[in-house]
Amino acid sequence: MSIEEIQNEIIEEFSMFDCGEDSGDSWTAKYEHLIEMAKELPAMDEKFKTEENIVRGCQSRVWLHAYQEKGNLKFLADSDALVTKGLVALMVRVLSDHKPSDISKAELFFIEKIGLREHLSPTRSNGLLAMIKQMKLYGLAFHQKQMD
Amino acid sequence: MQVSPSIKLTENDIMKIRNDFPLLSQKVHGKPLIYLDNASSSQKPKQVIDAISNYYLNEHSNVHRGVHYLSSAATEKYEAVREKIRKFLNAASSCEIIFTKGTTDSINLVASSFGKKFIQKNDEIIISEMEHHSNIVPWQMICDERGAKIRVIPINDNGEILMDEFNNLLNEKTKIVAVSHISNTLGTINPVKEIIYLSHKRNIPVLIDGAQAIPHLKVDVKELDADFYCFSSHKAYGPTGVGVLFGKEKWLNEMPPYQGGGDMIKSVTFEKTIYNELPQKFEAGTPPIAGVVGLGAAIDYINNIGFDFILERENELLEYATKKLLNIKGLKIYGNSKNKGAAISFLLDGIHPYDVGVILDQLGIAVRTGHHCTQPLMERFRIAGTVRASFAFYNTREEIDQLVSGLEKAKKLLGN
Ligand SMILES: Cc1ncc(COP(=O)(O)O)c(C=O)c1O
Repeated sequence: MSIEEIQNEIIEEFSMFDCGEDSGDSWTAKYEHLIEMAKELPAMDEKFKTEENIVRGCQSRVWLHAYQEKGNLKFLADSDALVTKGLVALMVRVLSDHKPSDISKAELFFIEKIGLREHLSPTRSNGLLAMIKQMKLYGLAFHQKQMD
Repeated sequence: MQVSPSIKLTENDIMKIRNDFPLLSQKVHGKPLIYLDNASSSQKPKQVIDAISNYYLNEHSNVHRGVHYLSSAATEKYEAVREKIRKFLNAASSCEIIFTKGTTDSINLVASSFGKKFIQKNDEIIISEMEHHSNIVPWQMICDERGAKIRVIPINDNGEILMDEFNNLLNEKTKIVAVSHISNTLGTINPVKEIIYLSHKRNIPVLIDGAQAIPHLKVDVKELDADFYCFSSHKAYGPTGVGVLFGKEKWLNEMPPYQGGGDMIKSVTFEKTIYNELPQKFEAGTPPIAGVVGLGAAIDYINNIGFDFILERENELLEYATKKLLNIKGLKIYGNSKNKGAAISFLLDGIHPYDVGVILDQLGIAVRTGHHCTQPLMERFRIAGTVRASFAFYNTREEIDQLVSGLEKAKKLLGN
């Protein structure tokens, strides 16, 4: 699936939780789902949780490791906070295992569509925004390397 | 509203007080706001908001600069707040009250100006392990500049200063002691009077970071015999952007100005500038006049409610919340000093504070999560951060009940 298709799939998945305007519990189901995904994210090997791989947020920490396999760029990631880790899992699902140039050019619209945009606000300072930037930079760097 | 101190308040009175704070009736994520982040910044009563808007609508002009009607009126108003704060703190003279941008600015002023005059190579500055970064970094900066050293008073597991250790740190190289009156993270009320007494026995001046104390208890700088006392308006029901430095005249007179500019001078030629007298010497440039006016209204508001009531009310909330929170299995409170202000830091076993904050936010509950600008203190307790609920007199028991059920919900969602 392309980056766009995966995003649409996630939007579809999350639309189940939007049962009406003021249904007070839709957020609970949404966060339950997010936390579920955090718990399902394959554990990141401790050897990758290095100072170098840390994406510093003030409130929670995110680790990101990038490597190449068969021309595609892949990511391993983790966070010490569960909610952040859920979003990290989503980002990995969307961006991992694609061509570096596709990753660097990707337009990420799904976070907004599933109503979790507030988690990308710089004031949250949870490391997510920095992680996305870092993922795209990896895309750019690996793409350059392939061109050389 | 006006409350006379001896009268016991009913929940009805609290509702009237809450009505003074328009923002408290807001909804967040479709739920009534529960504001438990007062130690970061308190909300503002409409008396303060009105004072600021009235100032801009009818009274604004620059201060100390014009002979015209508005300028004299604004100057009078501005200086009247200075006098009000002198009285509020029981300072000897209004020239000892300097308007700053806030606590951080006040501490930087002292660190820089006092430091330039009095701190030499190998001198020592004593601070405590629980200080806010604002009461650490400015001292580090002047230490770097002068080749001086910071010495740190350790605390015990309850979050109390070890007074014997403090006494042992004092020596002939100590040039100043800087400690917080109340810890923003642990809520500890420090024995500042004793700290000042012990320091003065060796002729060492003391700066008190009163950011967390001013909204909660009566501060009398004369009785404390503090040399410097700092606070921020925005934590005490006033506007942002303004704060106060109280300094004893004898120190302020000896200290060089902090910043140069208009208002702080008597005469300027390109060869030599004669500095103005106190307090203008430390107030370069156009001050935050509207902010000062708003702070004046906040002080009036606090005085009307009265510290007797504030203290009683907040102690009651603290006690109630502590009891309720400790009923939650796996919850640990950080900061268990005997003498404690209305802030509780805690962690739920195995759950990241950020996650707790996110879930509570969804429920309309505002708490602070993280290291609270006290990273060395977090290090001391070997944690990355805490969740902090901090109370003001306008909070209610129902809000604390909501917090508790929010935490139960967070536990259910996030627990393993
Ligand atoms: C104990 C303490 N000191 C200093 C400060 C800094 O205050 P401000 O940011 O208003 O300058 C704070 C505020 O968080 C505080 O709690």
